[in-house]
Amino acid sequence: MENKLTNEGVAERIQTQFGAAVVAVEMPYDMLTMEVAADQMHAIIEWLKSDAELQIGFLTLLGGVHYPNDKGREFAMVYHLHSLTNNFRIRLKAFLPAENPSIATLTDIYDGANWMERETYDFFGIQFDGHPNLVRILNEDTMDYFPMRKEYHLEDATREDKDDRYFGR
Amino acid sequence: MSTFKEDSAYAMPHVGLSNETIDGDIATLNLGPTHPATHGIFQNILQVDGEKILSSEQTVGYIHRAFEKLAERRPYNQITPITDRLNYCSSPINNMGWHMTVEKLIGADIPKRVQYMRVIVMELARIADHLICNSVIGVDTGALTGFTYVFQEREKIYELYEEICGARLTTNVGRIGGFERDFSPEFHRKLDDFLKTFPKVFNEFNSLLARNRIFMDRTRGAGPISAERALNYGFVGPNLRAAGVDYDVRVMNPYSSYEDFDFTIPVGVNGDTYDRFMVRQEEIRQSLKIIEQAWKNLPEGSYKADIPEFYLPPKEEVYNNMEALIYHFKIVMGETPIPVGEVYHSVEGGNGELGYYLISDGGRSPYRLQFRRPCFIYYQAYPEMIIGQTISDAVLTLSSMNVIAGELDA
Repeated sequence: MENKLTNEGVAERIQTQFGAAVVAVEMPYDMLTMEVAADQMHAIIEWLKSDAELQIGFLTLLGGVHYPNDKGREFAMVYHLHSLTNNFRIRLKAFLPAENPSIATLTDIYDGANWMERETYDFFGIQFDGHPNLVRILNEDTMDYFPMRKEYHLEDATREDKDDRYFGR
Repeated sequence: MSTFKEDSAYAMPHVGLSNETIDGDIATLNLGPTHPATHGIFQNILQVDGEKILSSEQTVGYIHRAFEKLAERRPYNQITPITDRLNYCSSPINNMGWHMTVEKLIGADIPKRVQYMRVIVMELARIADHLICNSVIGVDTGALTGFTYVFQEREKIYELYEEICGARLTTNVGRIGGFERDFSPEFHRKLDDFLKTFPKVFNEFNSLLARNRIFMDRTRGAGPISAERALNYGFVGPNLRAAGVDYDVRVMNPYSSYEDFDFTIPVGVNGDTYDRFMVRQEEIRQSLKIIEQAWKNLPEGSYKADIPEFYLPPKEEVYNNMEALIYHFKIVMGETPIPVGEVYHSVEGGNGELGYYLISDGGRSPYRLQFRRPCFIYYQAYPEMIIGQTISDAVLTLSSMNVIAGELDA
């Protein structure tokens, strides 16, 4: 399928529109990846959808990543968006501090974001401001921690027969 | 009894059952968690006024198995069995999608033969997936015959899986870099047999339902969704195409040489249960067409890529060859260096775009692996699709959306 949008072209358009909000631009494995300010994420995604040329109006995936050793940037929110008309994919990232990991909800733009944000909250404890029903979805309601955070190890930490050092990590 | 036929609202049950036509109190009805009609474990708390649904509240997560957390502790080759258990009606597609994601990360060059072999296996899986979904729609309308009839054919597909990898349901088929062995002569014989007999059986199945008056009356207008709403909800796959959007990953972002094959993408108009059924029926025909092309033009060459640092060497070499022994040790112990980076790869699964977002920090297992599970995303739209409909339509809508609990709950 013809692809008239280029990574460079889209990056330039976003930078012109939201100059200061763009922190970094990368293209790993040929996919445009932009790190943007967390408070501008909602505005950028809304603009990408409404822009007549870009038409990036399909939310493929959103989710969190935990980087416990990255001070002040412990949580990353990663959004994958897709323009079905232009067949163009883009990945947007915003980093959030551990003290207050919160970002604006996308549920007012994409209904599909509802459960994905609930899942991200469920597993990472990231707050989505303005979400209509931010409660746990896959884990049980009484759970008092966020299991996908790196401090929760998969296996019993008291076991001594499985030392990570012997397994290359 | 007779009032049913005389009541004009009941003549077209899916159109215009307004609030005023039904008297009586509002009742709460639990559809699920374990209910024969849900075909999986998920709950819907329905508020009903007679037969009409006023609201629905969903509960999911009954079979959550923490796949994303598990994946952070496993070496790359051990994540394949996890992917089996997402959409377990079409495990091979999940497996292949995962292999291709890792191959994209490590930049492996995959032989044409492997790509064609993968296409054959993936399209067989798509047929098996759609066959189950469509025959179950029949069951939910009261037609059990078609279901029992096509299960014979699904069994043949499972025998083909067995011939390739030994497993049937949770296949764990293939390796990073290709297959564990080439297609056996027995596989070719069985595939030939399948391609000869299946179209006949399938056409009979199709004639049982596709133009059946009872079936059409039951499914047309049941659980509709517009293209715009479907896109907003993140619909993909047959459900989105039934609403009229021709988005298919195989065409949009071709992988595994799908660009070599001639096939069409069927689309529906109304996005209702009947359209979803018909889109899947046509996709089965197209899948057959793809298999025939791939099989006829199966290129010569190796069934595996030349990536010794990721592909386990044959056991006899491990015992007799130093190099193979070292590679074997490194793969098993997770000592193989993996590039640092992040990659998103998606394949057209049984339910649409099945994505893998992989972040590697160079360690033996992914730093983060997130699955884009189409079921989980589009099942949110279910209340919107069934409000105002009857309970029996809600059951049909659920089966026609092909919500698979394994994929829903990860």
